[in-house]
Amino acid sequence: MATKLVAYDDAVKRYDPVLGIEVHVELGTKTKMFCAAEVSFGADPNTQTTPVSLGLPGALPVVNGKGVEYAIRIGLALNCSIAETCRFARKNYFYPDVPKNFQTSQYDEPIAYDGWLDVELEDGEIFRVEIERAHMEEDAGKNTHVGGADGRIQGADYSLVDYNRAGIPLVEIVTKPIEGAGDRAPEVARKYVETLRDIFRALDVSEARMERGNVRADVNVSLRPTPQSPLGTRTETKNVNSFRSVERAVRFEIGRQAAVLDAGEKVVQETRHFHEEDGTTSAGRIKSDADDYRYFPEPDLVPVAPSRAWVEEIRAALPELPAARRRRLLGEWGFTDVEMRDVINAGAIDLIEATVAAGATPAGARKWWMGELARRANADEVSLEALSVTPAQIASLESLIADGKINDKLARQVLDGVLAGEGDPAEVVADRGLEVVSDDGPLLAAIDAALTAQPDIVEKIRSGNLGPIGAIIGSVMKATKGQADAKRVRELVLERIG
Amino acid sequence: MSAGATTLARMSTLSRDEVARVAALARIDLSDAEVDRLAGELDVIVESIARVNTLDLADVPATSHPLPMTNVFRDDVPTPPLPVAAVLAAAPASEDGKFAVPQILGEE
Amino acid sequence: MPSITRLSADALAQKLRSGEVTSVEATQCHLDRIADVDGKINAFLQVSADDALATARDIDARRAAGETLHPLAGVPIAVKDVVVTKDLETTAGSKILEGWIPPYDATIVERIKVAGLPILGKTNMDEFAMGSSTEHSAYGNTHNPWDLDRIPGGSGGGSAAAVAAFEAPLAIGTDTGGSIRQPGAVTGTVGVKPTYGSVSRYGLIAMASSLDQAGPVTRTVLDSALLHELIGGHDPRDSTSIPDALPSLVDAARQGATMDLTGLRVGVVTELHGDGYQAGVLARFDESLDLLRAMGAQITEVSCPHFPYALDAYYLIMPAEASSNLAKFDGMRYGLRVEPTSGPVTAETVMAATRGIGFGDEVKRRIILGTYALSAGYYDAYYGSAQKVRTLIQRDFADAFAQVDVLVSPTAPTTAFKLNEKLDDPLAMYLNDVATIPANLAGTPGISVPNGLVDGLPSGFQILAPAKADDRLYRVGAALEAALEKQWGHPLIADVPELV
Repeated sequence: MATKLVAYDDAVKRYDPVLGIEVHVELGTKTKMFCAAEVSFGADPNTQTTPVSLGLPGALPVVNGKGVEYAIRIGLALNCSIAETCRFARKNYFYPDVPKNFQTSQYDEPIAYDGWLDVELEDGEIFRVEIERAHMEEDAGKNTHVGGADGRIQGADYSLVDYNRAGIPLVEIVTKPIEGAGDRAPEVARKYVETLRDIFRALDVSEARMERGNVRADVNVSLRPTPQSPLGTRTETKNVNSFRSVERAVRFEIGRQAAVLDAGEKVVQETRHFHEEDGTTSAGRIKSDADDYRYFPEPDLVPVAPSRAWVEEIRAALPELPAARRRRLLGEWGFTDVEMRDVINAGAIDLIEATVAAGATPAGARKWWMGELARRANADEVSLEALSVTPAQIASLESLIADGKINDKLARQVLDGVLAGEGDPAEVVADRGLEVVSDDGPLLAAIDAALTAQPDIVEKIRSGNLGPIGAIIGSVMKATKGQADAKRVRELVLERIG
Repeated sequence: MSAGATTLARMSTLSRDEVARVAALARIDLSDAEVDRLAGELDVIVESIARVNTLDLADVPATSHPLPMTNVFRDDVPTPPLPVAAVLAAAPASEDGKFAVPQILGEE
Repeated sequence: MPSITRLSADALAQKLRSGEVTSVEATQCHLDRIADVDGKINAFLQVSADDALATARDIDARRAAGETLHPLAGVPIAVKDVVVTKDLETTAGSKILEGWIPPYDATIVERIKVAGLPILGKTNMDEFAMGSSTEHSAYGNTHNPWDLDRIPGGSGGGSAAAVAAFEAPLAIGTDTGGSIRQPGAVTGTVGVKPTYGSVSRYGLIAMASSLDQAGPVTRTVLDSALLHELIGGHDPRDSTSIPDALPSLVDAARQGATMDLTGLRVGVVTELHGDGYQAGVLARFDESLDLLRAMGAQITEVSCPHFPYALDAYYLIMPAEASSNLAKFDGMRYGLRVEPTSGPVTAETVMAATRGIGFGDEVKRRIILGTYALSAGYYDAYYGSAQKVRTLIQRDFADAFAQVDVLVSPTAPTTAFKLNEKLDDPLAMYLNDVATIPANLAGTPGISVPNGLVDGLPSGFQILAPAKADDRLYRVGAALEAALEKQWGHPLIADVPELV
């Protein structure tokens, strides 16, 4: 049964969307949050466990100090206040991937609270998202569903559980209601999550790889008739795990809820699942007795009371955050605002910075990444990072051009070679014999042949009309397979004709 | 104290339904006979222990840790893991290095 | 020379050091004693004879090689089954953990092994330490060596009975609301609940995390001090473990044995003396106050006005924490797994069926009580209020310890009752712990010292001290023990029936 939808543009004309976004980020600590089990991606199942992370009888948690430090870093980067004292609590619920059948989390005492994050939208507008809190908790294990159709829960015969992920530190960042985004709500949601991802990376607290589930978002959406109306009933779409999906999930929920409200019905408060394949959401569990999590302070842990000195030490050591970095690079590179925004939107800022660091000019680096390379990435439907060329190789390509060793046309062929794995640009030039012909001997032979073949053009040039000289140069370039330096050819032609 | 008194009145009955609801929350199958018996016993116990609310507790802070301690942290240094074979040997069922559990309904 | 099994741990340790006895002999004597009497007592759930003898041989060899050993090296010990022992079945007295072989050792077990004490086996207990009679064990009840028709106290009835029946000179207990001290009182043994955080909880199968504490069960006060020092001390694997070093307990016990308590201020807790206490128990208690006075102590009466609410607060906090601690027993990763007899077989229904079959009545009662106390709408009135009462109890202790050095009371209101007598009356059962619970709520230490017989059954004298002042328990306990033994002409435990 297809879900009834109101066209998006129509929905946002008549309803004001309010968002709430919960982002979970897995911290990149070496060990788990409450035990010293090693954390690394791709280990064999259940090889990264201790009595604590398996929930064995008698085991006791001990807080990973690095996890607390990372959480404080995140809190400070999000302009939050850091709690003078806070506690862990137990969130009690039964589920096979939760080894103790409670999650150790923070409840009413988060480590960081009351912050904000400025999010730059596509057109450069800044949208401020208010942060309610950032708190520490632990991840659950992973279930694989066996039997039934395509590994989904429904219809599975049984499940297999791997507890390697159980206990990995998470920080959950919860926004206050995001109001005033209007028809740009889906974009705000996506850009907010993207901005957070960039911050996690800049802070070096997580690899923040969406495709590995390092960053996961739950998106709350509600609609109300006008910005002045009270908040509507919200739905929570769980585990939306790519930037694009965040945008699509919000868009879909706006259209769906608008249809529900148009029909005079009530939006059901429920969790919803996002479907990657068609961008829709479907109803999950309705809020019930099982949501009675019976939180209480974790008696096996003592309060976390970060000293102000420690907090200030962490603040002082915070790296440059993405927004500040963009402002700095804009000044250093001399790009226009529009150029800079294009670079950011294309996800090319790190690549250009690295290319410049490897010796290229900012303009040269931008030309390559935003031009030829962007075209190739686009054609192959991959990201710029995924291209098999490094910023250092692009810088060396640029320096070959600047030195006159190759021209732009040859450079594209060199790039072909680099992308084909033939080595660094200099090696490709040597192996393919692509160097510019700068020796006058072979050029003069080609020029003489061209002049002899086109006497009428020679006449025109002699009479002072330099326009057709391009045809001669073209013939020479053709004869030398493009390896001639066009400027030098021109000089020699004029010399020859006198 | 009036608020306390009304709470007390509400609390002092622990019905059969309430016991069944709480047992479900605690994931414990109870027979009808057990529900009946527990409802009777717990009603008496709850009535007794609810006496804590006859004290004036308005300005009393809660104590959740017997001794005041803070900031007990561990260094971020790995220790050897439990051997997988021993861990899975204790499991009711396992397959491919993982714990095998009955089909999971509901959701994460 | 008395039989090896009749020796105190300290006396046995001296004979091991002098070479008069080997650890293998001592261990074998205790294994023989277990074989002879445990059919009547049922103190042990597991006897680990081979491992115990292997440890004993190792210690004998190391001693022969001239190695410096721990003072208790080679002295056998029994461990309550709530303490996790690597490669040795650990059930906490529950069917739900039947057959579970832990892959790791509790910190205190590690320390026992490092010190070289042969572990004789695991002792019986109320399931998950929930009870005051050891009748709630899934593996049959333990009998009191003084009268086999009576309970040995609980939850650590197995450890207390094993020590009282000379099956082991030392045992480990755990005390959440009195589970070391109350069995000590009713079996005529010494039991100590240390200051919360002074003995590691890592590897104790938790009942109520903020109340649980492991401690020694022995026949003499000095033996408890020796064992307490062995298992105590900071453990980085327990976040609630206190880093401070405690004053020497063995020195305190030796000092106390000189029977000089000049200047010591002793407070009798008004609220733990009177209604609800058996007349004979009070009589023995009052007689012992006279002995303390004779040794130079000043006895005063001290009121702890909130102690009457301690039991109520305890029966909210303990079940709440237990309901969460015991959630892990679900048949997914270890232990029992039961499929429902009807309906679909899912993780959810298997968990519920496993817990329905695997847990006994008292455990279910407390889990449901605790779940209820934490559930939406009730938290503030139950768990929240109880945590506030806990603050008031701590304040009572602080006020009292501003006036006196130690507080005293009878350990348990009665002597051992008959098996089955209180099994169907949970509230009556809970009242056994009325005098022991306040110390658990406050995190303060307490000891029960044998205090003479009432109609042929032992009673206990409880001493309570401020947090981290466990040494006072040993000083006063050893003094009282010495004075009583001087009066009787022999230790109380010498009166326990032969059993064979």
